[in-house]
Amino acid sequence: MSLRVPRFLPCGDTAVTVEFGTEIDDGLNALCLAFDAALTDAAIPGVIETLPTYRSVLVQVDPLVIDMPAFETRVHAILASLKQSGAPPRRWIIPVVYGGAFGIDLDDVARSHGISTEEVIRRHCSRTYRVAMLGFLPGFCYLSGADPSIALPRRISPRLKTPAGTVSIGGVQALFASVEAPSGWHLLGRTPVRNFMPDRDPVFLVGAGDEVVFRPIPAAAWDDLDAAAAAGRPVAEVVTA
Amino acid sequence: MIRLLVKDCGAGTTIQDSGRFGFQRYGVGPAGAMDRIALVVANMLVGNAAGEAAIEFTVLGGAFVVEGGPVRVALAGAYADLKIDGEAVPPLTSATVLDGQSVTVGAAKAGTFMVLAVSGGIAVKTDLGSRSFHLRGGLGGVDRAPVRPGQVLPVGSAPHGPDLTATVPPKVSSGAFRVVLGPQDDYFSDAGIATFLGEAYRVSAEADRMGYRLSGPVIEHAKGFNIVSDGIVTGSIQVPGSGEPIVLLADRQTTGGYPKIATIISADLPRFVQQRPGSEMRFAAVTLAEGIAAAREQAAMLASVRAGLKPVGLGFDTEHLLSVNLVDGWVDAHAPPAEPPLHSAA
Repeated sequence: MSLRVPRFLPCGDTAVTVEFGTEIDDGLNALCLAFDAALTDAAIPGVIETLPTYRSVLVQVDPLVIDMPAFETRVHAILASLKQSGAPPRRWIIPVVYGGAFGIDLDDVARSHGISTEEVIRRHCSRTYRVAMLGFLPGFCYLSGADPSIALPRRISPRLKTPAGTVSIGGVQALFASVEAPSGWHLLGRTPVRNFMPDRDPVFLVGAGDEVVFRPIPAAAWDDLDAAAAAGRPVAEVVTA
Repeated sequence: MIRLLVKDCGAGTTIQDSGRFGFQRYGVGPAGAMDRIALVVANMLVGNAAGEAAIEFTVLGGAFVVEGGPVRVALAGAYADLKIDGEAVPPLTSATVLDGQSVTVGAAKAGTFMVLAVSGGIAVKTDLGSRSFHLRGGLGGVDRAPVRPGQVLPVGSAPHGPDLTATVPPKVSSGAFRVVLGPQDDYFSDAGIATFLGEAYRVSAEADRMGYRLSGPVIEHAKGFNIVSDGIVTGSIQVPGSGEPIVLLADRQTTGGYPKIATIISADLPRFVQQRPGSEMRFAAVTLAEGIAAAREQAAMLASVRAGLKPVGLGFDTEHLLSVNLVDGWVDAHAPPAEPPLHSAA
């Protein structure tokens, strides 16, 4: 896979960010995920946990155990023999109720681009997204592959509360949320899927590297699906791409 | 089962242990005690492992009644009174509380966070490997909630061995908070870095377990204030568009899209979190090697506190105590407010 020379960016004495790039790019993200998996397999003493993102991997370390020069040498060795995962990604079909109380910014997004709300939904649903990272709060999926023709900059004043399951866009990023959270993104709809449920096995459904497709459902279908999800059912279909 | 009945407590009272690690890749932040030194010291005084779950108080204390006792308790962190049935327990000392007796923690006289450890730890259910309460994730704590009057907190075990007192008090550094520049110091102009390292900042009223927003001179960005989101650590100092820094703490998010100018070193975080709104502070850059050396020094300091634990009533090792108090550049974390204010940056 495409090799990039990483930058080692110190995050105090307890972490280092291994940065491969500064942009949103599927190849770059795939490199981060492959490196993260190889680093986990390497089980380097002093590495507590790792966090892959769009473009970097944060490595949390025990400063009393880690040997930073040896760690950097090891990272270069891991990168030199890095192989991309051969397994096809899981693809999740995520049901979404768009607009109205479920997606209070849908009308604004349509108006901003001079298209109908149906067209915004069509464009949002016609993409296959890649889950670039989970971050911010438990189970939040940050997606790449959003349609730039419906992109809008973040809101000037963020909302202090947006509901669990919110499906939104911000710039050229797309997101589906798991828990109630503040957000400056544009809310298109809501999914009953709980990507984070501490009492369910598995606790998380969709993971980094998976693919996501949104499927519109009528508001009338919400109550049944939401009840099923609350009872621990995934209510998201998974297919192998 | 031994338990603590909660009679009264402040709104910022939660169960915290050493934190929840291994799930940041799923967006789950670590939570855990804000003042890690306080958690370790309180736990060692009651004979627990360093990271056991304890009760963390924010400025206001609380009152408890022991049921099915006895329980050993100890308080550390911000300076506050600990009383058993109205009788004061000396600082840095554990005490055994019998069935039916009350435990009262006073309000912080200086600093912000107190930690009350109990023998065997607070035995609430674990969530993803930790008992730490995390509000936004709805994890840990007492049935995924803060501590509230009327609750019954399960206690891990009865006391083993004698009550203990620390003859070597824990110490924290003083002066400017030490930071390692980065990971995004290249997003700031030279003038911006100079402002950050040269000027004084104050903790604003927006300060909680998620982070402290600081007020002070605006820090100039060099190339905008948006980055493609990357990872955050406890102690990360992000600078949003306003140019005023935010220090991200235990209940922080895992990733963020604002550039981070620097990170407070782990050895200085326990003192940083004890700062109250209005406290003035300065930052000083150190190298990563200096940051790691400070972490080692702090681990050695905690080892000496542990080595200095003595059963209550056997007398103090006065000579040793005097010798450690004479070391320059340290303040006694538990000096009463008559001394320089606890954990003060001044």
